[in-house]
Amino acid sequence: MRAAVAALVLVLVSLLPLAALAQGDPQVSAAQIVENNRAQIEKPSRQTIGPVISALAASGDPQAVDILTAWANRGLGLRKSDGAFVLMTETADGYALRLLDGTDAGTAARADITELRPNSGVRGVIANALVQFQLTDPDRARRASALTTIARDPAPELLEPLRASLEAETDPALRAQKDRLNRLLTLRFDPDPAARIAAIDSFSGDLGLDLRAALNPLLATTRRAAPQGTALEGNIARELDPGSDLTETEAYDLLVAANLAPARLTPAELKAALVANIVDGAVAGIPLAELNTQAARNRAYTALEVAGLVPIAATDEEVTQSVAAHRFFETYAEADASVTAAASSVLSGIEIKLGTMQMADLTLDALSLASIYFLAAIGLAITFGVMRVINMAHGEFIMMGAYTGYVVQLFIPNYTLSLVVALPLAFLVTFAAGVAMERLVIRHLYKRPLETLLATFGISIALQQLAKNIFGTQARPLTSPAWLDGALTFNDIVSISYIRVAIFVLALLFLMFFLWLMKRTRLGLEVRAVTQNPSMAASMGINPDRINMLTFGLGSGIAGIAGIAIGLFAKVTSELGNDYIVQSFMTVVVGGVGNIWGTLAGALMIGTLQKGIEWFNPSNTLAAQTYMILFIILFIQFRPRGIIALKGRAAGD
Amino acid sequence: MSQLLEVSGVSVTFDGFRAINNLSFSIGPAELRAIIGPNGAGKTTFMDIVTGKTRPDEGRVLWGERSQSLLSMSEAQIARAGVGRKFQRPTVFEDQTVADNLMMALKAARGPLAVLFWSPKPADHSRVAELAAEVGLGDALARKSGELSHGQKQWLEIGMLLAQEPQLLLVDEPAAGMTLAEREHTTRLLVELAKTRAVVVVEHDMEFVRRLNCKVTVLHEGSVLAEGSLDHVTRNPQVIDVYLGRSER
Amino acid sequence: MTRTFLARNPSVLIFLLILSLFTLGVTVLSEAYGIAFLSTSFIKTLGKTLCLCLAALAMDLIWGYAGILSLGHMAFFALGGYMIGMWLMYARTEGIVITALSNEALPATAQEIQNGIAAQIFGVVGASELPGVWLFAHSLPLQLALVVLVPGLLALAFGWLAFRSRVTGVYLSILTQAMTLALALYLFQNDSGLRGNNGLSGLQNIPGLDGVSQDRISVWFLWASAFALGMGYLLVAWVVSGKFGSVIRAIRDDEARVRFLGYSVEGYKLFVFTLTAIIAAIAGALYYPQAGIINPAELAPIASIYLAVWVAIGGRGRLYGAVIGAALVSLLSSWFTGGRAPSINLGFYTINWVDWWLILLGLSFVAVTLFAPKGIGGLFDLLQGLRSPDRKGAPLGPDDGALLEKEAKE
Repeated sequence: MRAAVAALVLVLVSLLPLAALAQGDPQVSAAQIVENNRAQIEKPSRQTIGPVISALAASGDPQAVDILTAWANRGLGLRKSDGAFVLMTETADGYALRLLDGTDAGTAARADITELRPNSGVRGVIANALVQFQLTDPDRARRASALTTIARDPAPELLEPLRASLEAETDPALRAQKDRLNRLLTLRFDPDPAARIAAIDSFSGDLGLDLRAALNPLLATTRRAAPQGTALEGNIARELDPGSDLTETEAYDLLVAANLAPARLTPAELKAALVANIVDGAVAGIPLAELNTQAARNRAYTALEVAGLVPIAATDEEVTQSVAAHRFFETYAEADASVTAAASSVLSGIEIKLGTMQMADLTLDALSLASIYFLAAIGLAITFGVMRVINMAHGEFIMMGAYTGYVVQLFIPNYTLSLVVALPLAFLVTFAAGVAMERLVIRHLYKRPLETLLATFGISIALQQLAKNIFGTQARPLTSPAWLDGALTFNDIVSISYIRVAIFVLALLFLMFFLWLMKRTRLGLEVRAVTQNPSMAASMGINPDRINMLTFGLGSGIAGIAGIAIGLFAKVTSELGNDYIVQSFMTVVVGGVGNIWGTLAGALMIGTLQKGIEWFNPSNTLAAQTYMILFIILFIQFRPRGIIALKGRAAGD
Repeated sequence: MSQLLEVSGVSVTFDGFRAINNLSFSIGPAELRAIIGPNGAGKTTFMDIVTGKTRPDEGRVLWGERSQSLLSMSEAQIARAGVGRKFQRPTVFEDQTVADNLMMALKAARGPLAVLFWSPKPADHSRVAELAAEVGLGDALARKSGELSHGQKQWLEIGMLLAQEPQLLLVDEPAAGMTLAEREHTTRLLVELAKTRAVVVVEHDMEFVRRLNCKVTVLHEGSVLAEGSLDHVTRNPQVIDVYLGRSER
Repeated sequence: MTRTFLARNPSVLIFLLILSLFTLGVTVLSEAYGIAFLSTSFIKTLGKTLCLCLAALAMDLIWGYAGILSLGHMAFFALGGYMIGMWLMYARTEGIVITALSNEALPATAQEIQNGIAAQIFGVVGASELPGVWLFAHSLPLQLALVVLVPGLLALAFGWLAFRSRVTGVYLSILTQAMTLALALYLFQNDSGLRGNNGLSGLQNIPGLDGVSQDRISVWFLWASAFALGMGYLLVAWVVSGKFGSVIRAIRDDEARVRFLGYSVEGYKLFVFTLTAIIAAIAGALYYPQAGIINPAELAPIASIYLAVWVAIGGRGRLYGAVIGAALVSLLSSWFTGGRAPSINLGFYTINWVDWWLILLGLSFVAVTLFAPKGIGGLFDLLQGLRSPDRKGAPLGPDDGALLEKEAKE
């Protein structure tokens, strides 16, 4: 009797394989299902394989998991000798085989087996089916990976297995993850609106990207049109007013798309229609020569319409009338109004929090940019602020520092060690360059600042070209050590890369170093004395030449260190300095000359400003820089001496 | 009574330091006045305020018969209104000839376009020659002023001031670095000038001030300490304290 | 005492004479009108050089005479080029579009022509509508007016802001540099309406002169450039010769003292700044039709610094110095960077001038600043046996920007 039933089933199955399989008859073994769908399994396609895989998964046969896993991992094959499905395990000289029911089938050479290679789409479907087994898998890693799969590709059918696995979960972390996933799936796929709303509300205050990804599709809207006087269908998001919410053209396009109005003629179509109806050098009686205005062409088309030669097309007035005769509205993809209301209230809460977080992130960005500008400008603040010398080659000193870092890395492959070597070396190299420049050029030009500007500019173009000749025009990498990779992440939104943190710390160190140097050391005292009154300082036994030389060297040396910092996140090219020189000057000028706090304030202002403008207009960093410079030019109007200005006689006018 | 210049209640502070403290001062249309005071008394700052170089924190500076406020005017506007200033160091344009220097100072329209299309009339040339002769530079018209001696530069500057035809002349230490004969010449010139216009002389040198024989204002710590004839103020015990150092109280 | 302007300034006549002889000589040597000794491209180079000389004249007026080291005058130069370029490009594209559309069955509408032009010009930046700034591009007279108006008004606005707040010296230089950078960055954007970094091209094809070959056009432009340079020289020489010249030189040497003479220093600076911007813009409007292409890189701050370099090498504060400097350095520059200068083989290293010219220029510039502040113009003083009195190098005015005695002598 049983055999008869089985035979009958077999016949039925072979006749209507999918229908039968879909019922998930527990009597049918996984091996049989595979056998019955041989053709599909040998040449699977993502579109049609779904039911077969579902049937396998639902068969209840413990072998099914093995088969599916093997299939997904290219461990399922056909024995060429008899065409039987086999599960293969790779061995040294071929495969160890098992039949689908798990019984051992010996070994085979590679040549005797045809491997089945499902494409990635099919493997995805298999993986989804396997998830429900993996959710209860004793191996924790497998359960975790199943959760990742669900999170990446949520589907309604995963909700039930997920819930079923929830109670049995012993690992607290996984349990929490499962619970979160359960709620995320519930709010999207649960048939009961109340359950969905509860799930949505349970997320109140949450900021997760996954939550936003789950909520946003619920609130996706489509624009629709309906004739005036009819009731609007669907879950209405809002009604649109043509003219303010959408243009007339957009509104009319909606009507055309909804078959509520005839399509409008584009000028090109109109022209083509006219050309097709040229008769004896005229269209509808209008001579061709007169058809050089749109109005004349419209008249000609209307005449053709009247004559029935061309299809009726909407004129501008008709378009306006049609638009006036319809209502336009947006509907949610989600039909249930209470769900969308709950979702939008949670989402707007998220948005507010998100805004705050983005502000925090922006502040961090601005701070890091400010510290870069500060580093680039601090050397300039010393030479320009303390000595009143414009050094146009300052940018090239930055570049020199960056190239020093690059060269050191060529010799010392350990990035951490090379950085430790490069920092003081860059300081020394640029210090020497600065001292040389001061001795050879600047010393002779102290009373002629405009010519200092031009002479140092000459040095700047020479150095830039020299770097090009030595290192070539392509960018050279300055690689940061591994411990500077990655980012300090506070949450999904607020994060900052370690390199930028390091630059921030470096900027702070230099601020403190500078303050210490100027306020606590003999050198600082002498520098301040020479700044205020060189001849008086000289008569008190200070050698202004030596002080000027040291000050200039110091400013240049710091530029070299800034070069390494900048090189770590930007490519090292011969134009590296160019990109920072104007901003550095702006920093010093805006901040106020001769005051380190002014430089700090200037860097903060310019950094914040640039990030702020970029935030308003994220697509266009060029525009951001343009507006920033314009702002600075205007700012100089109100504070010609910068944010922190020396007043009175000390200002030296 | 109508005053040419009236400064009242003016104060100015540089970084917490009160350079001028509630200063009031006035001078009539044709008067010679000497301002004396120790270093840091605010003499130069006072001139800076009148000529518009420094803006006071509070107070009024009124000018002329119509009592215009000088505080809202730029340096150039104040100069055009009739206030001339001679600096302590001779400042002439050394790259240009004596004639050019004087021509530039000559009273005429000062706007860029007016100056661009301006060309000297014979009368202007003769006026320049006349001024040069007056300050003893009659044969140096074509020389670059940079080639002049220190004294000659002082004279050229005074000549330029005269060319401006100011109603009020502010003169900062005119006798510094001059020989005795030059001082006497200067004294005569200043006294002569004061007959037709107001002249304020800032000076350290008591002897020079005595020769001017005019009313004296003593400044100390940014405000007026005493005013009157030189003899009057030199008898003032406070002035003695300030100049000679404070004795035991 | 009342001699005429030219009688007082014989150097102007000499300059004009040399310029005329030069123009005549080039014409005689040209392909179109003479013995074809000079190639068309070289005549273009010469014509462009004359325009650069005109810009250098403007730079000398603002820097050498008024003491304002502007690092923005090449921006005005390029703006002038953009303004004329808009008409050139529009008019030429209009011709092409009308020809293309005339093959169609229906006569073209004005809108179709407009769309065709816009698509032609702006297809490269992915736009198909003419931006608002092209409103006057169809009209040569209007666009010529803009050559003067746009840079003039920009200079007026910027100068008013800068001078009003008494920004002077190196601050002002940096501010003008920032202005130039801002303008360049703005023009680099695709939606600036001037084709972003593609710039305007095909400017050497003059609309309405389709039948005229480039070798003739190049000579015509040389004449126009020479005429403009001559007129510019006359104008600038006239400006600096009278009392106005006295005042601006006085401003250069001691601007505070000029204020106490009753001159509004700011007004004079603004006037000179705007005037020189306009001269530079006219030079640019003549330059770019000969260059054929203009893009925002031409506005880079470095171009304006080069202008200052030319004037400094030629000798600032004298007009012929600026012209000599610009002509010499820009011609040398194109000779060296064009790869025509012979390489020098040192045995262990070959000096390839394409790579080393900038280094040579940079260092020679340092040398000129240090050792020959009077530039090449100083040689003329040596020839005339002029010597300045030795005043131990003291500045002529108390301001830091003032000339030193040794460089002031003319």
